Amino acid sequence: MKTPSPLRAAFRQAFSEAWAGGAGVLLPIGFFAGAAMLVPFTVGSEASQLSAIGTGILWVALALASLVSMERVFQADLEDGALELWAQEETPLFLVAAAKMLAHWIVSGLPLVLLTPPIGIALQVDPGALIPAMLAYGLGGLAFFLWGGVAGALAASVARGGLLISLLALPLFVPTAIFGALATIEGPGGPSLLFLAAATMFALAVAPFAASAALRLAVD
Amino acid sequence: MIRAFANPHRFMALSRWLAPACLAVGALLMVWSVWQGLWIVPQDDYQGGDIMRAMFIHVPSAWLAMGSYMGLAATSLIWFVWRHELADMAAKSIAPLGAAYTALCLATGSIWGKPTWGTWWLWDDARMMSVLVMFFLFLGYMALRAAMETRQKAARAGAILAMVGAVNVPLIKFSVDIWSSIHQDASVLRLDGPAMPPVYLTPLLIGGLAHMIFFAGLTMMLMRSEVWRRRGDVLIARKLAGA
Repeated sequence: MKTPSPLRAAFRQAFSEAWAGGAGVLLPIGFFAGAAMLVPFTVGSEASQLSAIGTGILWVALALASLVSMERVFQADLEDGALELWAQEETPLFLVAAAKMLAHWIVSGLPLVLLTPPIGIALQVDPGALIPAMLAYGLGGLAFFLWGGVAGALAASVARGGLLISLLALPLFVPTAIFGALATIEGPGGPSLLFLAAATMFALAVAPFAASAALRLAVD
Repeated sequence: MIRAFANPHRFMALSRWLAPACLAVGALLMVWSVWQGLWIVPQDDYQGGDIMRAMFIHVPSAWLAMGSYMGLAATSLIWFVWRHELADMAAKSIAPLGAAYTALCLATGSIWGKPTWGTWWLWDDARMMSVLVMFFLFLGYMALRAAMETRQKAARAGAILAMVGAVNVPLIKFSVDIWSSIHQDASVLRLDGPAMPPVYLTPLLIGGLAHMIFFAGLTMMLMRSEVWRRRGDVLIARKLAGA
């Protein structure tokens, strides 16, 4: 039997892990919704106030929720030896790292984006603005998952590295958060959406290489 | 040229007298600039009276904060490409000093900001945000190094993070600039170098130089202690192997 290519293996593994153990997909969703729902209790429930900060709350919740399951993305592969095999393959490791991060984003990032309209409506945001805003949340979420993936790869060999990942990744989230929040305020016609897309492209160009360098270090 | 500096024996011989010399010269110049700033320089009503004297600590610490991040990135790159151990020791030593200088910059800025702007902290100011983000990058760097099991892994992980951070710093700066310029015009506090009278400028520049020399001395001291620590580890390993 032919062994599957590392890229396909990485994708398949991410999808199977999402359902194994029961909480792979549900954990970020629960965290995302829970964090957003805590806001009306802490800042007050007046509709005008909530609608003013609603899109920003979604950004904060998205940034935090993208880190929830980041610890396991590469650590699991390190523990079961898959990473070591991938490092010896002909397929460049940065492609494997990119595949892992993209698969992880599809599994745990996209559901959050699909969830932004209902939570946004609950936070009194204008429903008409929420559907175009999903593009911004999708782009921004991808950048969060890429930088978070770099942090996760750096902390792969660290036991209980979850908090370390947050400390490493959150400063790197700043440009995405700024452009993303501006883009959701401006709407799809504004320049900030383009800047957000540029920041995401930048992450797409840099993060796989940084993550693969970090993974080589974890394997050694 | 890098190779000439990369020799630990040469470094130890050089830093043995250069480090204390830098500390002494830096401290002297620092005392002079603070003395000028606190007693000699006339107060400037436009910048909030006596409180503008905070400038003689605040501005050098801001320069040093930015410079130390560049130093961290440069030494990390040198280590990553050429694997000169001294470059890693320099990066490891720069990190806590850089974090301290960013903290000093933020603290003195707040103390200056309270009477002049009426607030300890302005989220609208791009410079403050950039320095704050840099502070977290330093903290993350130190936490990552501390979490790694071996020295080699700490050096590699730290170098990767410092370089990723370095390519992000311009992006962070740019994004923060755009963000704040949308909210309000250029900040109240702008240091137009040539527009500043020499009575302020000279002590300020000397102060900046003083902190730079002092910083270099501290970095060399920390690097020396790291060299001694590694030599000690080698001796322990030898002893254990011999016994």
